[in-house]
Amino acid sequence: MVEISVNGATRRVDVEGDTPLLWVLRDTLGLTGTKYGCGVAQCGACTVLIEGAAMRSCQLPVESVAGQRITTIEAIEADPVGARLVAAWVALDVPQCGYCQSGQLMAATALLKETPQPAEADIAAAMTNLCRCGTYNMIAAGIRQAADAA
Amino acid sequence: MRGQPAMTRLDDALATLGPIAPRNLSRRAGLLAGFGGGLLLAIGVPPQPARAQAMGGIAHARKVSAYLTIQPDGRIRLLNPFAEGGQGIHTAVAQIVAEELDADLAAFEVTTAPAGADYQVLFNGTRRVTGGSFSIRNSFQHFRVLGATARAMLVTAGAARLGVPAADITTEPGFVLHAASARRIPYGDLAAAAAALPVPGDAEPKSPARFRLIGTPARRLDTRAKSTGAAQYGIDMRVEGMLQGAILHAPRAGAEPGEVLNEAALKAMPGVHSVHRLPGAVAVLADSFWRARRAVEAAEVAWTALSGQPVVPEDFSSDGMREALRAQADAPGNPARDAQGDAPAALRSAAKVITADYDAPYLAHAQLEPPSATVRFNADGTLDVWTPNQAPEAFQAIAAREAALDAGRVRIHSPLMGGFFGRHFTYGQYHPMNQAIRLARAVDRPVKVIWSREEEFARDAYRPMGFARLRAGLDSEGRLVALHATVPGEGPVAKHFGGARLGNPPLDTSAVEGVAFKPYAIPNRRVDWAHVPHPVNVGFWRSVGHSMNDFFYEAFLDEVAEAAGADPLAFRRAHLEASPRHQALLDAVVDLAGGWRRGPFAAADGTRRARGLAMASPFGTEVATIAEVSLRDGEAVVHDLFVAIDPGSIVNPAIIAAQVESAACIGLSSAAFEEVVFEGGRPQQRNFDTYRILTRAEMPKVHVRIVQSGAPMGGVGEPGTPGVPPAVANAIAVLTGRRVRSLPFARNRLGEA
Repeated sequence: MVEISVNGATRRVDVEGDTPLLWVLRDTLGLTGTKYGCGVAQCGACTVLIEGAAMRSCQLPVESVAGQRITTIEAIEADPVGARLVAAWVALDVPQCGYCQSGQLMAATALLKETPQPAEADIAAAMTNLCRCGTYNMIAAGIRQAADAA
Repeated sequence: MRGQPAMTRLDDALATLGPIAPRNLSRRAGLLAGFGGGLLLAIGVPPQPARAQAMGGIAHARKVSAYLTIQPDGRIRLLNPFAEGGQGIHTAVAQIVAEELDADLAAFEVTTAPAGADYQVLFNGTRRVTGGSFSIRNSFQHFRVLGATARAMLVTAGAARLGVPAADITTEPGFVLHAASARRIPYGDLAAAAAALPVPGDAEPKSPARFRLIGTPARRLDTRAKSTGAAQYGIDMRVEGMLQGAILHAPRAGAEPGEVLNEAALKAMPGVHSVHRLPGAVAVLADSFWRARRAVEAAEVAWTALSGQPVVPEDFSSDGMREALRAQADAPGNPARDAQGDAPAALRSAAKVITADYDAPYLAHAQLEPPSATVRFNADGTLDVWTPNQAPEAFQAIAAREAALDAGRVRIHSPLMGGFFGRHFTYGQYHPMNQAIRLARAVDRPVKVIWSREEEFARDAYRPMGFARLRAGLDSEGRLVALHATVPGEGPVAKHFGGARLGNPPLDTSAVEGVAFKPYAIPNRRVDWAHVPHPVNVGFWRSVGHSMNDFFYEAFLDEVAEAAGADPLAFRRAHLEASPRHQALLDAVVDLAGGWRRGPFAAADGTRRARGLAMASPFGTEVATIAEVSLRDGEAVVHDLFVAIDPGSIVNPAIIAAQVESAACIGLSSAAFEEVVFEGGRPQQRNFDTYRILTRAEMPKVHVRIVQSGAPMGGVGEPGTPGVPPAVANAIAVLTGRRVRSLPFARNRLGEA
């Protein structure tokens, strides 16, 4: 049994301690907004916030984040930065297939909380998640729009 | 409204396939009992090719109740024959219906229609797939008539309610209006009455001059759900009581599992329910995917004799395959239908002959959502299937065969797809749906099967490796008088539809398109196809044969221009003199790029840059592409892509621009980095750590100009892809002084000239 804090709620989950957080979120807690893409921390579709920092949950043993503050896409609009990003995503029609966008938005949220007015290089350094639809330019535009709205 | 769109080559190939013929399936069932296998689209084949058949048609356009439900609150539910995987089809189809129905686009809720005769909107009302960049161009009239018919019924119902003649009724978005008495009724209040009316057979779509939505960059309907984690994909499916399955395929396609040596130990692992042998694979069912996966990856399997299914030989390698293709580069082949003159003879008498070999590798689709299927056998004898798919009827037929049920008892649910790019047809015997059906039967519970990324890359239906030998002849004036290409290989059409369906003489259009069917005026031209089968599975990949063949041709064309001492743009223009459409497209792309300059030139940021140009004619659409490139650390840096696209006429320019940018991105990704290498019969790239795709760091700016020439409507999802690899390669050649004739670029370090 592991106790974790997800989107402000304490959850006790009956899984092996080395289970990746991704599968605890998806299968145990039913929070399917966080996506599985590669399982080896390459694509970033599984990105969540751990104490505000963007982390790839497919490679995070759940026991390693016990007691830490975990935020998933389902709670993104509870955060003013996340809400601005969602608004920008909607205004610009950023997603295409949408599968990577949960991870992209979590990575973008971490970026703007750390660097409210990011330079192009900041965006490039922070936004390493893959998008097979090629929405990279729209994602960057969304980040800039959300930053400008702050 | 324009006439029926002209058929293109892939259209031709698919048009020969004819309507669904379930009787063929049942006859074949005996042969393919067991792991229902398969034909790509599981369709019967008429004795005569039906090339003259209309592509679209309005056979089902007045079946309003099959498509539309207007709820009392005004929400409009639309069942779309096509599946949504990022291309924006749910929005674009709703946009057409909203135009004619006179409704707010935002009122629409769109889902993919179940399997059924009413949704066969392609091929004159006989079939449907989501692919071939077919959807809008072939259903535009269907959805216009559908919307107009529904509106006419609402008008009639409104007139009756208000007690006025129907001729006095108009509409405004979402309302029936009687202007004389200033009364209006929401559609939601009239829907029930309207639905009870006879369906008029004569409702006419409005004049395009009165379009208020079509042609505008209307907002997509699914953006918010996709920006908050609320969008549901197949992999997110959960049904009561289900078990989750993880799969381990044989190391090499064709091997079968013998004993699972440590089965008892696997069963003792946490959460594990059971261990199963499947055709070509082992599966573990557990109470969560992670537990199932951990167990299946611990399985010690004695893989045994090869089955009767297609087998990848133990000594198969992609390097060997490339040489096998090259060995047939001078073989006599069957000519593509656009042959004219006598190219071999004209080459013999040409003033100058240029010959080059080009090749491109196997590619993975690498859609970000790994494949999955959830299945549930119900107490009433029916089966529910949730799986990402581009062809519900084909999946229904295969599921029925696998489950030994009548097709009518199988419900196919088609969720949002986390990318597809051609991945989600049924390419053969290895599919999560077949596996889940077997497992659900075995344990008498619902089952969800997910393929790990590693299993997906091992059992993808790859973009085929391609090869072409091109020979060009110039006359003494430097004009192209002969082009003879030989394209040995196999595309997905020959692979999955079989030789009997390629026409006479047999031609796999999916193997030659992009080398054949080019617009340039060359008096003697011939493209030969020599069938060299791929031992590995191959499938449709964004823009299909064009994805590599336009690279072969357009890069070679730059070589020929150079041999003629001509500028690449001027050389193309000189061979397109009789085509105002292509000249206009070149004008557009040059204007978009701020003028044509080949380079090398020094850019403001100090980089040394060059530009490359390419043209492509895919899926009924014309495209011209300019790439601006520099070199850094032995790799090409693509700064800008300028793409002018002429799909004839359009529905939603914002969606088209997004699709072109997306298609350009995957084209650049494939040209620069992507390659599945086979050694020992096994793919060496099993995840994104070794299968490199384009990241944000390499993403160029993409500038799109949409040209509406008024030609018959063409596709938009794929055409942005094929011009990018040759445009970039042509710029690289300027910078390095050397031709890249083998993709991807990353295979070679690029050096300055």
